Amino acid sequence: MNLVDKIPEIPFRDWIDTFIEWLKNVLAVPFEFFREDFKDFLSDVVTDNLLKVPAEIVMLLVVIAAFFISGKKIGLPIFSLIGLILVYNQGLWEQLMQTFVLVFVAGLISVIIGLPIGILMSKSNIVEKIATPILDLMQTMPSFVYLIPAVAFFSIGIVPGIFATLIFATPPTIRFTNLAIRQVSGELKEAADSFGSTPLQKLFKLELPMAKTTIMAGVNQTVMLSLSMVVIASMIGTPGLGKEVQAALSRSEAGDGFVAGFCIVILAIIFDRFTQGVTKKGK
Amino acid sequence: MPIIKVENLTKVFGKKTKEAVELLDQGLSKEEILKQTGSTVGVNKASFEVEKGEVFVIMGLSGSGKSTLVRLLNRLIEPTAGNVYINDANLATMDKKELRKIRREKMSMVFQKFGLFPFRTVLSNTEYGLEVQGIDKQERKEKAEKALTLVGLGGYMDQYPSQLSGGMQQRVGLARALANDPEVLLMDEAFSALDPLIRKEMQDELLDLQESMKKTIIFITHDLDEALRIGDRIALMKDGSIVQIGSPEEILVNPANEYVEKFVEDVDRSKVFTAENIMKRPETINIEKHGPRVALERMREEGLSSIYVIDKQRNLKGYVTADDASNAIKNEVKDLNEILKTDVPTVELDTAMNEIFNIIHDSPVPVAVVHEQKLRGIIVRGAVIAALAGESEVN
Repeated sequence: MNLVDKIPEIPFRDWIDTFIEWLKNVLAVPFEFFREDFKDFLSDVVTDNLLKVPAEIVMLLVVIAAFFISGKKIGLPIFSLIGLILVYNQGLWEQLMQTFVLVFVAGLISVIIGLPIGILMSKSNIVEKIATPILDLMQTMPSFVYLIPAVAFFSIGIVPGIFATLIFATPPTIRFTNLAIRQVSGELKEAADSFGSTPLQKLFKLELPMAKTTIMAGVNQTVMLSLSMVVIASMIGTPGLGKEVQAALSRSEAGDGFVAGFCIVILAIIFDRFTQGVTKKGK
Repeated sequence: MPIIKVENLTKVFGKKTKEAVELLDQGLSKEEILKQTGSTVGVNKASFEVEKGEVFVIMGLSGSGKSTLVRLLNRLIEPTAGNVYINDANLATMDKKELRKIRREKMSMVFQKFGLFPFRTVLSNTEYGLEVQGIDKQERKEKAEKALTLVGLGGYMDQYPSQLSGGMQQRVGLARALANDPEVLLMDEAFSALDPLIRKEMQDELLDLQESMKKTIIFITHDLDEALRIGDRIALMKDGSIVQIGSPEEILVNPANEYVEKFVEDVDRSKVFTAENIMKRPETINIEKHGPRVALERMREEGLSSIYVIDKQRNLKGYVTADDASNAIKNEVKDLNEILKTDVPTVELDTAMNEIFNIIHDSPVPVAVVHEQKLRGIIVRGAVIAALAGESEVN
């Protein structure tokens, strides 16, 4: 018998199960809110209302926004228009809107959560030391794993999809915020301090404006990672383009799969150029 | 009464700061403390006082602790030990709120690399110190515009810092510091990043401004010429300690130790010494009492070829030469006025030596040093050469 065999099996599995079960009970009320009300809000209010808007109007708005965000160039507006018409033409407009809501909401929550955590990290070396390995873990853990507690907490549908996406996609926003604020030159920080700024004044009048460009690069990363979660999240019933890809896979229909895949690519490119455009404008 | 009083101000960087301070008290050197505790002494028991309206220069080479010292004064760096009093309030022990009040109202800082916010306009940068105090928009705009006009940037308010030259950027830095109307200006190598011509221009302007503002300025520099030019008093630093404090002349003439001596060795003395430093007591005759005969006699006694003529109030009248005096005696002229030469080369007491060179070169007689028309001394060529050669006693 090997020496290593003498160590009894450590019940990691039980611990994690117990922990998840415990969390589920402790946070039962907020979880239920997200599982029921938030889900209804997203699918019945946001997505449905979005679908009530005629596709032509949505396309027009996107084209106008693209025109201004790209600095009054016509490349992005034309690409957006053709891309959106193509999606509509392939009968995937509804799925596109569902995926858009997933990515947009996940991105928004990522920024709302990530920005303050990033700021905290930049202000405290201790917080940075604790947070860094956790962020590493969040990004390296196979993202499928997040689906399990997501289902345990939020059942199936768009909400667990957003949850799993958040865990996987928030780290870049946190990291870039931390980095950006730490990179603000020491002399500028000293200047702000020497004129008697409070820590909050320094943050809002110097550090965040200086960090804006880099933080937006992090947000761009977050949005791109959210898109990459679209197909994975569809495994737990998140509706949208990802679900089409998965359905095509299970039926071995390459055509369906590629068409849905291309639609995700089109959405990704529009999202990417939009977030980058906002970044460049910040300069 | 001094406006700033610094007592045993000490900064130790590292972990065992308490231990290091104890060792400092025992008189151990910076190197020994680094070896024993692993901590670096940044500033070692600096003590000095700065009078209201004074330009106090702290100078030293890089690593001498001067930039650390100035940051201890407004606590951008926390002191390890010691006290900093500004108008009797101890900055080293006050809480953050009081400290902010001091920083907002009493002390402003100008930075080596200007420290301007790139996303703000010149005007908005200048307003920053007023903005954090919560002063309303209109008032802070007025004050900032006034400060910008003062430094000669009235027309650049809507530009961004990156659109301005280095010299102009530092003017914005200066305007920002002046906008809160502080009592004390801390200038950390403020002109070091500028090229030499602009630097000199800024030094002159600072001195002009100081003429009218009468702020207390603590100026950090590694450039001895700059220190001598603008400082009323200079503190020389080495290895975190202040080695000598004194007026520019004192430091040049009586260097406290070998280090200071080495430092001042290469100084362009011609810029530092003034007429007052190298003049000597003049031989004179009184126009109301004496005639050509006395003049010639006096010149013969002293071995001179000319002599200065004054009246009873020591007002400078002119000079007579030995040749003219002996001719006058031959022709029986009694009145000195007839042979008096009035094309006298004169300089003021505070004329710098490098300006005296040309005057003395073209002059057949020693240069007269006058103050309010009264003759105070004369400068002979030999004295200029002696001073340049670095003799500490030129008289």
